[in-house]
Amino acid sequence: MKIDRRSFLSFIIGGAAGTALSPLPAKLTDDLSIWTQNWPWTPVPEDGEAIYADSVCTLCPGGCGISVRKIDDRAIKIEGMKGHPVNDGGICILGLSGLQLLYGPTRVKTPLKKTSNGGWKKISWDEAIAEVAENLGKLRSEGQPQALACISGSDQGTVPQLFRRFMTAYGSPNYMCVPSSQDSYSITLKLMQGAQASAGFDIENADFVLSLGSGIIEGWGSPVCMFKANSACEAKKGKVVQIEPRLSNTAAKADQWIPINPGTEGDLALGLAHLIIKDDLYDKDFVGNNTFGFDDWTDDKGKSCQGFRQFVLENYGPEKVAETTGIDADTLTSLAKSFASASNPVAICGRGQGKRPGSIHEFIAVHALNALKGSINRKGGVWAVPEPNYISWAEPETDAVAQKGLQTPRIDGAGTEKYPYTKSLLNRFAEVVGSEGESPVKMLFVSGANPCFTLPDTGAVKAAFENIPLVVSFSSYMDETAKAADLILPNHVFLERYEDVPPPAGVNKNVIGLSKPVVDPQFDTKHAGDAIISVAKALKGSVGSAFAWDSYEACLQETMGDKWDSLNEKGFVVPDTAPACEKTYTTPSGKFEFFAAGYEQVTIEGDEKWYPLILMPYDSMRLSSGFIGNPPFMTKTVEDTVLKGNDIVVEVNPLTVRESSALFVKDGDYAILSTPKGKATVRVHLSEGIMPGIVAMPTGLGHTAYDEYLAGKGTNFNELIGPVEDPASGLDAAWGIRAKLANIAS
Amino acid sequence: MSTSEEKTKEVSANADSDSGGAIILFFIIGFVASLIAGWIIFPKLLYCQKKQPIDFNHVLHMEEVDDGCESCHFFREDGTYAGVPKLEQCVGCHEEAVGEDPEEVKFVNEYVAKEREVPWLIYSKQPDCVFFSHAAHVKTAGMDCVTCHGPIGESTSLKVYEENWITGYSRDIWGQNMSGLKEHAWDRMKMDDCAECHVKNNVKQTSVQTKKGACFVCHK
Repeated sequence: MKIDRRSFLSFIIGGAAGTALSPLPAKLTDDLSIWTQNWPWTPVPEDGEAIYADSVCTLCPGGCGISVRKIDDRAIKIEGMKGHPVNDGGICILGLSGLQLLYGPTRVKTPLKKTSNGGWKKISWDEAIAEVAENLGKLRSEGQPQALACISGSDQGTVPQLFRRFMTAYGSPNYMCVPSSQDSYSITLKLMQGAQASAGFDIENADFVLSLGSGIIEGWGSPVCMFKANSACEAKKGKVVQIEPRLSNTAAKADQWIPINPGTEGDLALGLAHLIIKDDLYDKDFVGNNTFGFDDWTDDKGKSCQGFRQFVLENYGPEKVAETTGIDADTLTSLAKSFASASNPVAICGRGQGKRPGSIHEFIAVHALNALKGSINRKGGVWAVPEPNYISWAEPETDAVAQKGLQTPRIDGAGTEKYPYTKSLLNRFAEVVGSEGESPVKMLFVSGANPCFTLPDTGAVKAAFENIPLVVSFSSYMDETAKAADLILPNHVFLERYEDVPPPAGVNKNVIGLSKPVVDPQFDTKHAGDAIISVAKALKGSVGSAFAWDSYEACLQETMGDKWDSLNEKGFVVPDTAPACEKTYTTPSGKFEFFAAGYEQVTIEGDEKWYPLILMPYDSMRLSSGFIGNPPFMTKTVEDTVLKGNDIVVEVNPLTVRESSALFVKDGDYAILSTPKGKATVRVHLSEGIMPGIVAMPTGLGHTAYDEYLAGKGTNFNELIGPVEDPASGLDAAWGIRAKLANIAS
Repeated sequence: MSTSEEKTKEVSANADSDSGGAIILFFIIGFVASLIAGWIIFPKLLYCQKKQPIDFNHVLHMEEVDDGCESCHFFREDGTYAGVPKLEQCVGCHEEAVGEDPEEVKFVNEYVAKEREVPWLIYSKQPDCVFFSHAAHVKTAGMDCVTCHGPIGESTSLKVYEENWITGYSRDIWGQNMSGLKEHAWDRMKMDDCAECHVKNNVKQTSVQTKKGACFVCHK
């Protein structure tokens, strides 16, 4: 028998035939398909008994109740809490993605200290607290307690107040908060109604909503509450008119979208007031009985002053306003008629999500419109919601060093004669600290804020941070500010900690919530409240004795007093007091006061000659533009007309390109966007939904820190804009900046 | 010349028949070898044999409980199915060892005392892409456990868990018979077996949740 090549082939054929008749091919195919459909490295939620832990979301000031579904110790999903007075089962996209902020890779897992080569060294909590206390002690012994500054994400609630208390006991007046349109509204209420309050809007019960750029369904105020209110208003056949230069989601869903020349919203409000007064359509009862300054009046010295009526009749005629705002006179007339003929109309402002403060004159003009129709503290109107008063700690005792420090003027000039009602002016921070030379701030605490991303002119802010000898961040995440800090004392994330939740922003609901730990802390983190108490105790003396509590939880429990039990049980309490201030008007006249002078437009930065276009930001529910960065789930939902790959996309009207002699781009092309503050390479999306001459850019992109899922995507709008001081409040009133789009040199 | 030619032919004919035999022989060797490989060696290689952490006697427990399988494998209040019992259910009786069985002693010492969950290997675990509701089958359709799981309640010890190296799931899903043939309904738990029963019993062919038919009944 001869074995040759053919025998070998025959063996192979026999083998193939045998294999085909065996279960191997079918079974292997089946197994491989199961394997590829269930990649072993894809995480699968645990199976087991589901339990729900209720808490309150603190990712934004919305104050929504949440129910977290858990299997054993693992949180599986965040859902809206049914029956909660703010969101009643609803939840926003950020809240839904919140688990990625708990389990994601961006967390700071232990206290960190920056090394000399810019890296990070893990240190223990004892070392971290001791280091902070030592540096604080040194500053105090040098008699410079005022050189400590603090940036807090909010002014309300026990944690911000503990920081404020620490600053007072330590001896520094330089406690600053991240501003928002709520600050502008508070000043407006103070000026016109004398109220120390925040503004709450009863959109749900309004039958005509005149929104001057407020993104009612873009995250303005308390997002989920506003979504529901907007739907409720629509369901009752209420009308929403959106006035802004861009076709935002709110504009698209509104009954009418009227594009307006940006920055002229105040003029529009006064123009409408003119038409309403001229046709005698205002609420005469309300204006006659509850207001002051409507008609001409004589002051104490016998000097006659012009009233609001005469002022707007003289200065804001429809032709003039039509020219300023770009809205034709007929539209103005019909808008004024619709507003005036509605039974519960309300006018609101604060652009986009209302994260940026604005011109007080604009806010006053819009609020005057509400007063003309009596929509103040009534169903469907604007409510002056008193600031929460549940924190009633005794003032800390201060020693001589602290007293001396507290007498030094604030570095930002807030609360001075020029800006008496402004609490802090964070927009001046970069300028005051400067990028070189000796900084008036030697040590800085940052809690619940990411100023190195959210403040305008981010470049200057970062440079200022570098000029501060010691920056201590209390962030849970490796955000831009934490990255720029020298020490990080990581806080628990919102699902791991106790915290009181003050009444939500922009809502006329007096709800106090309690955020509770849903899971045990995952890493070696510490509650910021505990951290600041520990630092104070380490300092001893009067600072230490100002913090008599053993822990933050003890402090919170004591603060809440008899509310604690029901807060713990239900997650929220609704105080008996009405949402409005007890005494409605505490102005000098005891009435609502109209202002009849000095309405100015805010001039944005940049020379029209060099920068023919205007760059404006826009906010979106799919992009978290505040202290919290976008979790990956959220970024997944961003359209490619906003972010394409890693490129940011700006919206430009086709006419802008057609009329420009220097710009030749098609949809999707790259271009260079420059402003007096900076430059960025962008892609252009040609859209009819933006007024000609304007470039609209999404906010919340362009992170340089966090993790690989967020860093390096797009450009941060704040790098291209600088602050413009509002003449009345000192707050940032920039609504845009002059800009230029140019082709990329080929 | 002619003789030498004939000789050559003969030689080549011999060689042909020789090589023909070899071809057939090698074909058969290849054929048989691959059949052996496919039917006997491959299944042995595909599965690894694992022992359950604790041997469990179903018969013994069935005598003690009142409510059959559902005594331990129960439905939760929200209608979800608890599956394999957790330690919580076992400690009701086994806080201390109640008998002298070494397996029970091991269970009490290793798991109950240390408050560790027993890492039971689940024979009927389906891939995550499959949606299966016990409530729909047991509560609504009134099926009994045996139809799909077999007479496990009559077993005195737990069989070896054969884990598929590629997928990580138990051999019980494909079934012991590699050809896919089955004698009882519980011999296999593949998609076709689900479908077979659904078709035979004329079950509504759309998903309750999504109202979609075909794949979407189980793959949501």
